[in-house]
Amino acid sequence: MNKTLYDKLWDAHVVRKNEDGTNLIYIDRHLVHEVTSPQAFEGMRLTGRQPWRKETILAVPDHNVPTTDRRVSPTDPAARLQLQTLDSNCTEFSITEFPIHDVRQGVVHVIGPEQGATLPGMTVVCGDSHTATHGAFGALAFGIGTSEVEHVMATQCLVMKKSRSMLISVEGKLGAGVTAKDLILHIIGQIGTAGGTGCVIEFAGDAVTELTMEGRMTVCNMAIEAGARAGMIGVDQTTIDYVKGRPFAPRGEMLTKAEIAWRELHSDPKAKFDRIIRINAAAIEPQVSWGTSPEMVVGVRGVVPDPAQEQDSVKAESIRKALVYMDLTPGTSINEIAVDKVFIGSCTNGRIEDLRAAAALIRDKKVAKSVTQALVVPGSGLVKQQAELEGLDTIFKEAGFEWRQPGCSMCLAMNADRLASGERCASTSNRNFEGRQGQGGRTHLVSPAMAAAAAVYGHFVDVREIA
Amino acid sequence: MQPFTRQTSIVLPIDRANIDTDAIIPKQYLKAIGKTGFGPNLFDDWRYLEPGEPYMDHSRRQINPDCILNDERYLGAGILLTRDNYGCGSSREHAVWAMVDYGIRVVIAPSFADIFFNNTLNNGLLAITLDTTIIEQLFAEVASNEGYTLTVDLEAKTITTPKGEVIPFEIEAYRRKRLLEGLDDIDMTLLQANAIRAYEERRKAKVPWLF
Ligand code: SF4
Repeated sequence: MNKTLYDKLWDAHVVRKNEDGTNLIYIDRHLVHEVTSPQAFEGMRLTGRQPWRKETILAVPDHNVPTTDRRVSPTDPAARLQLQTLDSNCTEFSITEFPIHDVRQGVVHVIGPEQGATLPGMTVVCGDSHTATHGAFGALAFGIGTSEVEHVMATQCLVMKKSRSMLISVEGKLGAGVTAKDLILHIIGQIGTAGGTGCVIEFAGDAVTELTMEGRMTVCNMAIEAGARAGMIGVDQTTIDYVKGRPFAPRGEMLTKAEIAWRELHSDPKAKFDRIIRINAAAIEPQVSWGTSPEMVVGVRGVVPDPAQEQDSVKAESIRKALVYMDLTPGTSINEIAVDKVFIGSCTNGRIEDLRAAAALIRDKKVAKSVTQALVVPGSGLVKQQAELEGLDTIFKEAGFEWRQPGCSMCLAMNADRLASGERCASTSNRNFEGRQGQGGRTHLVSPAMAAAAAVYGHFVDVREIA
Repeated sequence: MQPFTRQTSIVLPIDRANIDTDAIIPKQYLKAIGKTGFGPNLFDDWRYLEPGEPYMDHSRRQINPDCILNDERYLGAGILLTRDNYGCGSSREHAVWAMVDYGIRVVIAPSFADIFFNNTLNNGLLAITLDTTIIEQLFAEVASNEGYTLTVDLEAKTITTPKGEVIPFEIEAYRRKRLLEGLDDIDMTLLQANAIRAYEERRKAKVPWLF
């Protein structure tokens, strides 16, 4: 056999090959949130259609939810209406929803895996680009637009063309203090935000297989930031151990059967990829983004680049624009950059392991006076519960962090958590686009440990020097 | 969906690579539950001087005179000319709804982000990929000719410049057909309902834990 993991997943989901070169692809799991679904439900209503298999749909509000007091509904009437609309649509179409007061509520890409609603071998879609996260389970998972959300609801299928395949093999070991987040930021820095366009990326190599499931999710989550349709990692013992016993996962005899099938979900040794990239894990430093695109990233010991050194004129212009927006000058050392706010959370780094890593750094320390706000927003109610059980909330609160309710929060600033114009933030999220965390706000993407360290020192520091 | 056949219109040049969907339509407008009315908020952060909120009267906001969307030369543009990796980032279809609502029916770039590219098709927006050298030429011509228009003919797969130069473009057959006919693809897929049910039976035998 010489199939890639992607080939195996694709072949298993082809319902029909159409004459025009497209394929009808079957979808096993459909995750839904409040922002990209109202128009799809409206479409269903207007055409009188019913979901094809409503039991494959799992809905949760996350983007708009307030992360402060849950007893009061959001003051923003538009947000309130959108949240109510999700609730009423789920009731009307009999769809399973974890509503805002449910302890299982959280960021859609955190709760899918947490519940075992994401399983190896599945096709997983959601009206959200970071659906790539679920590929960490040996699943084919990708984001779709709202028209496609409606299409999947109504038909359980999508019309697709197969993407090209790319293998990113990360060889060797990551150094101490270097995390999955640094790994994926480094990769995006290398291949660029369009490096994976038209491709599905499989991440492999020792440094990847040594990652926990949380780390693998962080890596796959940001495959979209490299332009890829999906990111994925083959199934191994780590995957199976994580999935076992979760509420939506198979049990007993079914599990035994499933395990046999899941163990086939990896690329065959002779599988052919359209493109192969090799990365040396040992050379990766903790990363900090300096610009307005995730590819604008550099090691913590580096400096802000100089557009005059860039040969490509379009790229040089992008750097220039980014430096103006970020208010940075070429040659500035990364560790001289001071931050106003710190955000720890999101579907990239809002899981328990991330909170543990951040807490480990701030234990018995205080948030720097110059930092006006430091937020910890757990990825889900269950992550929050677990963290509280371990006393992490106390560590954060004693250091001066705010301990919030789960949601997307300042990752995209749709709720009240946002940067004011000109404010600079160390963020564990995934996008540093202009205005992403609030109009005029400046985002630096980092790992949870790097964000925690920036909170304590008030500027970026190399976590390896303080650990 | 409105079919697309032919369009002659002013070209709006936005000379920037990697334009993300957060820039095309900022998040605060994503709280809407409808598909229309996003046009005034296309490129909102660039277009207006003060931050915008959905409940505002956008016609009364202070516009940014340096933003090309406010340049009178390009008012009423129906064709957007831009650079690599247009539409990257968030999957929000609101980006396409905003473009269509503004009046854009064609977007031309050297490359597009995958999800954005799919979203265009579902809303009758024609996304054309052209070689970087031709893109360069078009940017140069737009800059030096006031009122520069292009005619895009999907039937013939051509773009015609004001001087009469004909630039051919490629588009996948199924995309072209869907745009030309303005077909509802859910109906199309439901025509294959039996094939879907047969697949489900086969699959259930193999992976019963998913059913
Ligand atoms: S946490 Fe951020 S990236 Fe993840 S789903 Fe929410 S808004 Fe999107």
